[in-house]
Amino acid sequence: MRRAAGAIAAAAALIAAGASLSACGGPADAADTITLYNGQHLQTAESLITAFEQKTGIHVVVRNDDEDVLADQIATEGGKSPADVFFTENSPPLESLQAKGLLSHVDSSTLASTPGRFNSPQGDWVGVSARVSLMVYNPALISASQLPTQIEQLADQQYRGKLALAPGETDFQPIVTAYLRAYGQAATLTWLKAINANASDHIYGDNETVVDKVNRGQAAFGIINQYYWFRLRAEVGAANVHSRLALFAPGNPGYVMDVSGAGIMRSSKHQAEAQKFLAFLVSKQGQEIIGTPGEGNRQSLSFEYPIASGVTTKASEPPFSQLRPYPISIGELGDGSKAVALLRQAGLL
Amino acid sequence: MSTGAMSQTAQAGPATLAVAAVPARRARRPLGLIAVSAAIAALLAVPLVFLIVESQGAGLSTVAGQIFRPLTGMLLWNTVRLTVAVTFLCAVIGTGAAWLVERTNLPGRRVWAVLLVIPLAIPDFVVSFGWSSMWTWVQGFRGSVLVMTLAVYPLVFLPVVASLRSADPGQEEVARSLGVSRLRTFVRITLGQARGAILGGCLLVALVLLAEYGAFEMLGFRTFTTEIFTNLGLPTGVPTACALSLVLVAISLLVLGGEARAGGRGRIARSGPMTPRIMPPLRLGAATLPALLAVTALVVLALGVPVGETIYLIVAGGTPSITDSVSVSMLDAAWHTAAYGFFAGVLDTLLAVPVAVLAVRHSAAGRHLLERSTYLVLAMPGIVIALALTYYTVQYGNSVGYQTAPLLIICYGIMFFPLALVGVKAAIARAPAGLDEVARSLGQGRLAAFSRVTLRLAAPGLMAAFCLVFLEVVTELTATLVLVPTGVQTLATQFWQYQSAGSYYQAAPFALVMIAVAALPSVVLGRFFNRTARARG
Repeated sequence: MRRAAGAIAAAAALIAAGASLSACGGPADAADTITLYNGQHLQTAESLITAFEQKTGIHVVVRNDDEDVLADQIATEGGKSPADVFFTENSPPLESLQAKGLLSHVDSSTLASTPGRFNSPQGDWVGVSARVSLMVYNPALISASQLPTQIEQLADQQYRGKLALAPGETDFQPIVTAYLRAYGQAATLTWLKAINANASDHIYGDNETVVDKVNRGQAAFGIINQYYWFRLRAEVGAANVHSRLALFAPGNPGYVMDVSGAGIMRSSKHQAEAQKFLAFLVSKQGQEIIGTPGEGNRQSLSFEYPIASGVTTKASEPPFSQLRPYPISIGELGDGSKAVALLRQAGLL
Repeated sequence: MSTGAMSQTAQAGPATLAVAAVPARRARRPLGLIAVSAAIAALLAVPLVFLIVESQGAGLSTVAGQIFRPLTGMLLWNTVRLTVAVTFLCAVIGTGAAWLVERTNLPGRRVWAVLLVIPLAIPDFVVSFGWSSMWTWVQGFRGSVLVMTLAVYPLVFLPVVASLRSADPGQEEVARSLGVSRLRTFVRITLGQARGAILGGCLLVALVLLAEYGAFEMLGFRTFTTEIFTNLGLPTGVPTACALSLVLVAISLLVLGGEARAGGRGRIARSGPMTPRIMPPLRLGAATLPALLAVTALVVLALGVPVGETIYLIVAGGTPSITDSVSVSMLDAAWHTAAYGFFAGVLDTLLAVPVAVLAVRHSAAGRHLLERSTYLVLAMPGIVIALALTYYTVQYGNSVGYQTAPLLIICYGIMFFPLALVGVKAAIARAPAGLDEVARSLGQGRLAAFSRVTLRLAAPGLMAAFCLVFLEVVTELTATLVLVPTGVQTLATQFWQYQSAGSYYQAAPFALVMIAVAALPSVVLGRFFNRTARARG
């Protein structure tokens, strides 16, 4: 008898557990809820989401993953994605989904908030914030005067064993695309092969690792986007920062501006709410959240540059207006496939 | 005859009853069993079908272009040398440690037996994070060999402990009485008896290494699996990832073939006595101190370093880079993690029973192949399996169940089935088929006899199978991120979220709780082993 009672109790517990598992979670179908596939850093996204929910009463459920995994997940889901909005660090994943016809058109008033050169040329996604590529170096291992000033010099023999890279990161492709635009296919391939040899001991999976390794003195210098260094500094404290930043020469192809953006899935059943979310991202309020790191009790450690609604950053970074990146358009950056093909040929991917 | 490694362990282990020697009845073809097992094998083949279809979608020339290029050579070399080195080290360390706690009078061996299993419960990305943040040289090939060996040697340790415990001491006694030296006896008899378990453990180690991602990503070591992740998100990402995964499948076929050839010769089943008898433990004498030092060193390296680093990060503190607004509570994450692990563990243990019975009691060439095919899935990266399930549920299943708990649990079930199968097979073989027949002759129905006799005798092995799957689920990350219900966090996804935001001190408590949750079954397992040992001693 005791055994039977035990078995029944166990079965009941199992069923209860199963029911409670399926109760929480599950796709959100309520009219006032949107699903966000978030590939942007949480430091940037979370304060925006909270403020949006408070302002509109629309609830946002979030799936976080790397933007490239999410892009493939959405592509695999095809026209039946449960996502309403896709928010990314970089433009190529959005361009890639746009090319597959999976994004719907963004409201023109939203597009108008951001300078046109930071939006999708077709108008299927809107630019939200920007960063710039540069070098992080460890002065104990390499002096500022020994650093290259042109990205071309990364191929020099003298940097063998010193250079750290994250070639798989979506932040590195735009540099390759810029180089390709400046010098053409053959020269880019030669350059990439030399870089591969120089960086072979320090190829990492992401920029957080690159900046961390340089800061710890495990690599002399690396190519990153500026905000990774500011975040590291905020995280470990200025006393533990043993690295510095250095810009490439103005207009050099290594000096590229990367744009973070957001788009709405064509399959979304919450188009109106999703449009409101995009409008909020580029509104004055949204942009001020991005441009005000460490303010108030909600620490947004984004360190990205606001680019819309006339807002400028309050972080102690070089002012946005003084940046002199290589002149390449979003359309020219494309979905990154040419850069990827070359990176593969060079053995970096 | 090349039976699977674990069924040999099983033969070595179980045959404490003479009836085991009686071959199972072959008269009737077990059609029901074959049908059920075939259905399970078909479920496990779903990801493989996806791989083939997707990589063809890219066009044969694209696929060939991805596979036949210089980088593939480098990846192949990296993958092979890592697999060989780590598998070898795990075989030595796992077998050595198992022998020390099982066959010698090592002080505190019951406690060591538990402590030596727990490293399996620490996520590989936490181990590598702990090491690489403490010592700068822990990266690349060297670092990966070190970290992976310390993370997965329990996969050899566990089955070898079980096998040594149930092996027939008589053979060693006979060898010694014939004047064979102690060392030769150890090599020829003791290791010979444990060979199946060692090989089975090595097989799991090799397959798990092929699919490993998090650790290598963190240590900057490039294998096929890290390359698969690098390709995701690119315009031809999925087809390329699938093509590279097919290479992994090909390598795992080689591993399976090699393991089958290496197994298989010699007689290791216990022949005579009906009464279980335990070997008097070998007195270590002057070797006690070095042995203690070795075991302590292993526990410090495998368990102390990652746990210590995690605690250090919590104590050191820092600035939170993410507030709690998008995070779930620790309790919520722990509850979901444990529940997913529990259901996946139960699912896999149940599914493994028919396949194991078929393999152990009704072995024949075709059925053997069916059983072996289920191991392939272990070498496929979790992300690929998750994308395959995404594809089929969304494109053909009207999204029913997509991103809900049941599908996630099925995904775990597919990914970790081989781990359950290994344990269940050994356990089923422990329960002689003859006893079922006795029960049936006494008027029990076939299923009743099976569940009352075989399943009861096999319970410990079923428990071990459940624990292994539970452990793996608790630490799984990449497939979880794709299929977890939107808004739900597991301990692993929440750890990843903080860690990828660079907020290590916020991530660290989740790692500790993950270790605690995952260690629970390890402790249960350890206690169970001790109980049987006491009962027998």
